[in-house]
Amino acid sequence: MAKGVKPRVKVPKKATAGEVITIKTLISHKMESGQRKDKDGNIIPRSIINTFTCDFNGQNVISVELHGAVSTNPYFQFEAKVPESGEFVFTWLDDDGSTYTDKKSITVA
Amino acid sequence: MNFTRREALIIGAGAVTAAALPMQAFAAAIDDAIAAFTGGAETTDSGITLTAPEIAENGNTVPISVSAPGAESITILASGNPTPNVLTFTFGPLAGSQEASSRIRLAGTQDVIAIAKMKDGTFAMTSSAVKVTIGGCGG
Repeated sequence: MAKGVKPRVKVPKKATAGEVITIKTLISHKMESGQRKDKDGNIIPRSIINTFTCDFNGQNVISVELHGAVSTNPYFQFEAKVPESGEFVFTWLDDDGSTYTDKKSITVA
Repeated sequence: MNFTRREALIIGAGAVTAAALPMQAFAAAIDDAIAAFTGGAETTDSGITLTAPEIAENGNTVPISVSAPGAESITILASGNPTPNVLTFTFGPLAGSQEASSRIRLAGTQDVIAIAKMKDGTFAMTSSAVKVTIGGCGG
């Protein structure tokens, strides 16, 4: 597991049924592209987050496939429809096999 | 060393070809990446909007946002990067809109290309030129 990985997600706490909300996610990760060389000229091996998904009550909102050209601390902003109260589950998959998750509940008034 | 006129011409032509090769290799890589996503299908240029800065001071983090109403998935390609694939957004049933933003790395001044795969199976492609002051691929 890469060091210092911390997911941060911004989701409104309340919404009306069927409302479209904006979600912002950021995860601290160095996203080593596999293109850089260390001072001895050896290529630093690639170590990135390769997949990000967001689900709401088991239904998919967005999934993203990441390659080496995504910036350090990958940031995403997207919109989701909220049909009912429930929980957003955010999942990031690392090249080294680790999984980072975060969950946010939302209440439909 | 003495060259005859003919030899000099051949060597000159060889040097020109060698210099042109990396450009061709980049162009081939981006064409391959486009074909891999579209499966060789024709693309239209309407129905997709890519927002990228005209000038990015730092190629390590270039904010981009893409929007394509009715799209199933959108892929972003960087034509001048060592590997052209950047990311692919796939929208699920609860996506509020076919719009997303992220931050990407660009190795230098180049065109950023966005291709959307629509629900009806057609493809829309757009590109945006970004000037990069400091490249973002190490080296």
